[in-house]
Amino acid sequence: MENILEQLKNDLQTIKKEHDLNEIKTKYLGKKGRITELSSQIKDLPNEEKKNFGANLNKLKTEANNLLDTKKVEIETEILNKKLEEESIDISLPATKIPMGAPNIIEKIVEEVEELLMSMGYDVVDGPEIEKDEYNFEMLNLPKGHPARDAQDTFYIQGEELLLRSQTSPVQVRTMLEGKGEKPIRMICPGKTYRRDDDDATHSHQFMQIEGLLIDKNVSLSDLKGTFDVIAKHLFGEDCKTRFRPSYYPFTEPSVETDISCHSCKGKGCNICKNTGWITVSGAGMVHPNVLKNCGYDPKEWQGFAFGFGAERLAMLKYGIDDLRAFYMTDIRETKNFDRKEAE
Amino acid sequence: MISLEWVKDYIDISDEDLEELAVKITKAGINIEKVITNKINNLVVGEVVECDMHPDSDHLHICKVNIGKETTQIICGADNVRKGLKVIVALPGAILPGDFEIKKSKIRGEESNGMICALYELGLEEKTQEAYDRGIEELPEDAPVGMEALKYLKLDDTLYELDIHKHRNNDCYYHIGFAYEIACILNKKVTLPDAPYSEIEDDINNHFSLKVETEKCPYYLAKMVTDVKVGPSPEFIKRRLNAYGMRSINNVVDISNYVMLEYGQPLHFFDKDTLGDKILVRDAKENEEVVTLDGNLRTLKETDIVITDGEKPVCVAGVMGGENTEVTENTKTILIESAIFDSVSIRNTAAHLDLRSEASIRYGKGLSYEYTEKAIERACHLLEKYAGAKVLTGIVKHDKIDKTPKVTTFKAEEINSLLGITISEEDVKTELNRLDFPFEYSDGLFTVTIPTRRLDIDENVNDIAEEVGRLYGYHNLVSTLPTCPIKKGEYKGDVKYRKILSKRLRSLGLNETKTYTLTSPDMAKLFKYEEKENAVLPNPMSIDKSVLRTTLIPSLINVYDYNKARKVKDVMLYEISKTYDKDYNEESKVAILMKGNYIINEWNNTKIPVDFYLTKGIIENILDYMGFKNRYTFEKNPLPHLHPGISASIMLDRKQIGVIGKVHPSLKKDDIYVAELSLNALMTKVKPIKFKEASKYPEVIKDMAFIVKKETMSESIENIIKRAGGRLLTNIHVFDVYTGENVKEDEKSIAYSLTFSDPNRTLTEEEVTEVFNNIIKNVEEKMDAKLRDK
Repeated sequence: MENILEQLKNDLQTIKKEHDLNEIKTKYLGKKGRITELSSQIKDLPNEEKKNFGANLNKLKTEANNLLDTKKVEIETEILNKKLEEESIDISLPATKIPMGAPNIIEKIVEEVEELLMSMGYDVVDGPEIEKDEYNFEMLNLPKGHPARDAQDTFYIQGEELLLRSQTSPVQVRTMLEGKGEKPIRMICPGKTYRRDDDDATHSHQFMQIEGLLIDKNVSLSDLKGTFDVIAKHLFGEDCKTRFRPSYYPFTEPSVETDISCHSCKGKGCNICKNTGWITVSGAGMVHPNVLKNCGYDPKEWQGFAFGFGAERLAMLKYGIDDLRAFYMTDIRETKNFDRKEAE
Repeated sequence: MISLEWVKDYIDISDEDLEELAVKITKAGINIEKVITNKINNLVVGEVVECDMHPDSDHLHICKVNIGKETTQIICGADNVRKGLKVIVALPGAILPGDFEIKKSKIRGEESNGMICALYELGLEEKTQEAYDRGIEELPEDAPVGMEALKYLKLDDTLYELDIHKHRNNDCYYHIGFAYEIACILNKKVTLPDAPYSEIEDDINNHFSLKVETEKCPYYLAKMVTDVKVGPSPEFIKRRLNAYGMRSINNVVDISNYVMLEYGQPLHFFDKDTLGDKILVRDAKENEEVVTLDGNLRTLKETDIVITDGEKPVCVAGVMGGENTEVTENTKTILIESAIFDSVSIRNTAAHLDLRSEASIRYGKGLSYEYTEKAIERACHLLEKYAGAKVLTGIVKHDKIDKTPKVTTFKAEEINSLLGITISEEDVKTELNRLDFPFEYSDGLFTVTIPTRRLDIDENVNDIAEEVGRLYGYHNLVSTLPTCPIKKGEYKGDVKYRKILSKRLRSLGLNETKTYTLTSPDMAKLFKYEEKENAVLPNPMSIDKSVLRTTLIPSLINVYDYNKARKVKDVMLYEISKTYDKDYNEESKVAILMKGNYIINEWNNTKIPVDFYLTKGIIENILDYMGFKNRYTFEKNPLPHLHPGISASIMLDRKQIGVIGKVHPSLKKDDIYVAELSLNALMTKVKPIKFKEASKYPEVIKDMAFIVKKETMSESIENIIKRAGGRLLTNIHVFDVYTGENVKEDEKSIAYSLTFSDPNRTLTEEEVTEVFNNIIKNVEEKMDAKLRDK
C-alpha cells in the first residue's frame, strides 16, 4: 500500500494540467484503478485481517483523494495566476474621456454671484432685451434730453420708444412695478445689454450686467457696503479689501463707485490697477427717491440700494483675461478649464 | 483745469498743502486726476553786480551775480546782460525743462556757478525767434534779490486737472464754483470778487431794444458800454487765461473769457455799431445761414436758437457769435449779453454743427441765473477798469426764468437712516454750514434752501444725505448687512428653465457659448425653419450687426468655424438665448451643435462618433429630463439648410417646438449636426415624479423582424406594435436594421425585441403567444410589412 501512495506522489509531481490529473485519478481511483483493485483482495484474506486491511485501504483512499485535491487546487491556482498575469494592463495609458461641457466664462462668474446672492435671499430675474424707453430710461430718472443718456449710446429699434436695453435696470423697474409699492424686494437681474460701442479688447456692443436691487423699510448705504464686501470677498478671496468713492448715477442718490483692492499686487500698485492699488468694479447707491416714486414705492416709507457689475470686467479681473472678445467667440480649448469647481 | 493761484482770490488757501488738498477733494467726490505744479528748485532772482567780457570769447560775459546770501560768478552769452540788471538765475541743482540739470562748470577756463535764464529756457514761453532775440529775461528793478523766481513771477501756480462726474461738471469747472467746493472741505468761507462800476447818464434803453420770441431763452440780460479802448490785457488776466490753456487776444475778448472762467457764465460781446439797435432772439429757420467767428458758414435747423438784429442772424445762441458783429480792434461800443438758453437745445445744436465751443459746453450743462446777473456786473467792472469803458445806465432784460428756490425739509434721522450712521443734529448743522447751504431749524426739522449754483441738487433728502455723506467720508462707513427677514432666493421665470437646461447640457458634454444677438442679414437668412421675419435696426452701426436673429443655429456654426480654424476636431456646443421677430415677440431658444467624436479613445479603439441618432439622443435626454417623456415625437421634414433626408421637426404634444438635422452639405461639407428647441415651449406644466415599482414576476422576451419598404418610418411600426401589444407589452426596442443580401433593394428589415410582463402575476406562454401573433397580424396588415423568416 505504501508503494502505491509513493507512486501516486511521483505521478502527481510530473503533471501540470487538469487533464493529466484526471488520468491519474482514473489510474488509481477509477473503476479499474490500482487502489480500487486492492479492495477485491479483501475477500481472499483471513477474517481477522479483513478488518485491518479494510481500515488501511480506506485510509489509503482518503490520503490519495487528499493528494489529488491538493494538486487540483495547485494546478487551478497556477492557471488563474497565469491568466491574471496575462490580463495585466498598462494602467498608464490614457483614459477614455467622459464628455463634460464647460460653461461660458461670463456665465461662470454670473452663476457664482447668483449662487451667493440666492443664499442671501435674492431672486434671480430677467426681463426683455427689447425694452421700452420708459423703463430703460424715463422711470429711472433719465428723462429725454438728460445728459447722462449720452453716455449710454443706445440702439433704438422703433422711433424713440423701443430700444435694445442699454442696462438691465429696466428689470428692476418691472420688478418694482410688480411689487406694487407693497412688497419688499431682493433681486438680481444678470442679463445681456447693448450699447453702440465698437468691439475691441475692452468694449463690446453686447455685454453682460449683473445688477441687484434691495428694497425694504430700513436699508442704508452701510448695508450696501456690507453687501458689497460679501460679494467682493466671495469672488476675490477673504483678504479682498473694498472702498466706496462718491459718484453719480441718475437712478441712485447717494451714488458710489466701488473699488476692490488689487488682487494682483495686493495693493502695492501694478499695471492692472494703474499703480493705485485699487480697481473699480461696480457702481451702486441708494435708489433715487424719484425712481422709487415712479415705480410705486413711497420714498418716505421705503428705501433701497442698487448695485451693478460688468460681468465681463469681473471675469477679466478674476481670471486674468485681457481681451473680452474671447467671451463671445468660445474657443473650447480655453473654456474647458472652466469646467470645474472654484478653489476654496 | 482749475488754477489754484486764481482760486486764492476767493478763498484763503495760503497755508494748504495743495497735493494734500487734492486728495481731500478727490475723497469727497470731485476727482482730481492730476496735480500740475510749476516749480523749479534753485531758481532765484539775482542782480548782475559786475559784467565783463570773457577774455577768450567775443560774446561771453563773466558776471558777478548777487543771489541774496552771496555773490557768485556766472558766465552768460546773452547780448542784453549788463551791470545792474535783475535776472532769473538757475543755480546748481536746478533742473530745467528737458531734464537739463545745472552744474558748476568751467567755460573756457572761467568758473560758472549757474545760468542766467530766458523765459523760454524755463518752459514758460514758446521758443520763437523773437523770444530768442530778446535774450535773457529782464526783471523789473524792484525785483527782490534772492526770492524764488517763479514765486516772484506768480508762475508757481498749481493746477488741478479734473475728471468729474456729469452732475458736478457745471459748478466745479469754474473758479468760484470750485472755491465753494474747497470751502466745504476746509470749512472756510468764499468771498466773491468786487464788481463796482459807475454809470454814465445815458440809458441803454435809448439805444437798444430786446425781443425774445422763443421759449428756449428764459433769461436774457444786456448791458451797454461805450468808449472802449481795445488793447493788451493786464498781466494777471493773460497769465490766468494762459494757465487755463486759452490764448490772450485783447483786453475786451479776454474779459469775456475771464468772467466765464470765474462764474461759469459764458458772455457774448457784440459790436453795437455793426449790430444796430435791436436784438431778436428766436428759433432758427430751417437752412438759415450764418458765418460764425471762426469764418465758417453754418446752416441751421429749426431746433436751433439764433440771436438776430431783427432780421439776420448775428449769433448762434449759446454756441458761437457771428462774424458780422464781432468785436474788433476798432470797436468802441459793446453790447454785453449774459443769458440762459435751453441746455438740451444747445447740446443738440453743438452736436449737429460739430461745434463744441467753451460756451456751448457750459450752456449744455445748465447755469445758475444768479451768476448770469453777477457775471454781467463783473464784466462791466472789468471793462471799466481795464478797457476804459463807460457803462450806460440800465439793463435790458427778458426774464421768464423760474426763480422759485429749491427747498428741502428733513430730519437728521432721515440722513442717518439713509447712510447707516449716527450723527447728531448739531453735526448736520455743521455740515450744512460748511456747504454754505442756508437753512432754518425748528423742532427737529431742517429746511434747507439749495443755492442756485448747485444745479445737481434736487428737493429730496437723498441729495442732502449725499452731501453730508461725502463730507462725513464714505471710508468712515461701517459695513453692515440688511436686517431683512430670511427668505429663499430662487431663479424666477425663464431664468429657472435656462439654468436647468444649461446644467443638463453641460453634463451631457456640450460647451456653453455666448454669441451676439445682432447679426447680418445674410446670416439671419440661414436655417429659417419658422415663418418669422427679422427685426431690423433702423440705425445700425454696421451691416454685420443690423438684424436681430430668430435662430441661434447660424451663430453656433460661426463658433464651430472658429474652433475648426484652431484645429479643434470634436466640437460640442450649445447656446441659450432670447430671440425676437419683427413684431418684437420674444422667444427663448436653446440650440446645440455637434461634430466629431462624442467619445474617443483612439489607442483603445473606443469611438462614438456624432451622428443623427446621437444628436437625437441628446434632445430626448433633455426633453425626458424636463418631464416630457412620451409627449414628443420626431417628424421627418425637409428643412432649410438641413440635409433633406436627415432632418426632422421636433414635436411636443403634436406642435412643432424645434428642429434637428444634419447641416446641408452645400452649406458645410463637414458632418455637422444641429438642433434647436423653443425654451418657451418647455416652460409648461409637467407631471410630478412618482415611484413605479418594477415587476417581481418574470418577463417574457420575444423578438420579431419585419421586411418593409425602405421609406417606412420605424416609429410608425412601433406605434402599431404598442397599440396591438396593449397593457402586457412593457418595453420595445429596435435591435437590428438590415439591408442587403436576401432583402430587396427597395426594402429593409427591422428587428424588434419585445418585453411582456404583468406586475401582478406570471404570464402564461399561451397568452403571450396570442398577443404576439396579434401584433404580427396588425403590422403586416397596416404597414404592408412581412414577418421575416416565416
